[in-house]
Amino acid sequence: MNRFLAPILALLSVDTQADRVVPPTGFTARLTVFASGAMAFLAVFALALSLATGRLAEQWSDALAQSATIRVAAPEGQVDQQVLAVMEILQTTPGVADARVLTDDEQRALLEPWFGPDLPVETLPIPRLIEIIEDGDGFDPEGLRQRLAGEAPGAILDDHSRWREPLVRAAGRLRLLGGVSIALIALTTAAMITLAANAALAANDQVIHVLRLVGARDRYIAGAFVRRFTLRAFAGAAIGMLAGLLAILLLPSADVGGGFLTGLGFRGWHWLLPLLIPPLAAIVAFLATRQAANTTLRELT
Amino acid sequence: MIEFEEVSYGYGGTGPLLSDINLKLAPGSFHFLTGPSGAGKTTLIKLCYGALVPTQGRAVLFDQDVRQMSRDDIAETRRKVGVVHQDVQFLDHLTLAENVALPLTVSGRATEMQDLGDLLGWVGLTGQVEARPPELSGGERQRAALARAVIMSPEVILADEPTGNVDWDMSQRLLKLLIELNRMGKTVLIATHDMNLIRAAKAQVQARVLRISDHRVQLAGADL
Repeated sequence: MNRFLAPILALLSVDTQADRVVPPTGFTARLTVFASGAMAFLAVFALALSLATGRLAEQWSDALAQSATIRVAAPEGQVDQQVLAVMEILQTTPGVADARVLTDDEQRALLEPWFGPDLPVETLPIPRLIEIIEDGDGFDPEGLRQRLAGEAPGAILDDHSRWREPLVRAAGRLRLLGGVSIALIALTTAAMITLAANAALAANDQVIHVLRLVGARDRYIAGAFVRRFTLRAFAGAAIGMLAGLLAILLLPSADVGGGFLTGLGFRGWHWLLPLLIPPLAAIVAFLATRQAANTTLRELT
Repeated sequence: MIEFEEVSYGYGGTGPLLSDINLKLAPGSFHFLTGPSGAGKTTLIKLCYGALVPTQGRAVLFDQDVRQMSRDDIAETRRKVGVVHQDVQFLDHLTLAENVALPLTVSGRATEMQDLGDLLGWVGLTGQVEARPPELSGGERQRAALARAVIMSPEVILADEPTGNVDWDMSQRLLKLLIELNRMGKTVLIATHDMNLIRAAKAQVQARVLRISDHRVQLAGADL
């Protein structure tokens, strides 16, 4: 742990003399700040997207998990009898909070998008639908299926698992995608900072030569570059993160009609998560620059 | 202090530039290293402070075989050796005073302003304390390099063609400073092809003259 913390603590201790020995190089400074800022901005959106899609999929999944449907399709004349039998079964089934038969109007509303508003539901052999609302623990779907098979053979239970599973899978995939995006952003930041650090080291070849001539250790020389790039990456990422948060704040607020797009953002303590981006960018810059500096210094005679 | 045993060095491709060099720089000694351009004077100087590692033989710097030294050890050795090159290199974004104090800065030591002022006065650069290196003349740069080389009070001073870019008067002035350092007990090695400088020095100090010829170092003297 100390091995990991020691270089970071050394980095945070201000050493203006050491910083002064390496001349400021405008091009690499601007590149580092810009790359870190842009990547932090994108990271905020990747994080928001990951959290929002996960949240939305969980909401859908939870909503479907708390309800089930029984479809009663029986020969004409037996439908009402089987519906009554099903309702009696449901009243004695543990885990069922409420159950009700959908009215003709409700069934017509469900079918309206496909068949139009004038569908004569009452004259067609359409199955009756019974909506079940579960209580906290839910019911045992297999036990209910067996009872239905025995007492109301025309009743088929749909516990929504075939709808819910893909949504749960999608939620997991979307979270993974968000994580992969953030990892790619971190790797791209590392690559950009490595390029900038290498350019700075090459531009300061003469400075490194002089520092070595007067007895500077490689750790001292690398430290001057690492400190500078780490602080630049931190500052750039902080600016990018604030810009990203501002952009998300300016998005239209969530409402029922807005659906997915207006749900893009953070909720509650999730607003704190983007604050991790600047320190993470600084750690990435620290590791990338240290690697670049050590490699360069090893290669220089 | 600095000792070479059968040291050879080559840059690859061709044969060795230096071959079977035996050399010992005793404490307080004064040496000249001479030879034609391209003979290997600068290479020998670099071998003396660990900038190069022999391709064959054994170089011992302050009782340590250079092959066994870590990069930190070599950096530490360079603090005991003051080096002045012909193409004096400074950090152009720092002032003259900051450049001269650079060895103290990189070793984490505080700079005593009084001592720094005295040192700049000794090399005659009191008026240029705040000047940037590009604003200095060739002679001023050489004197500043000498001040930087001695600020850590090193045991050895290596000077590679220190008078190569300056006029005769400035050469004499630099030589005088190097002789003063030797009288303070410092070991001095000057690489030069300026025979007049060597003759002038021999009139003031007991100096050994080493000549690089046919890739080897030989003791010269009678012909000077």
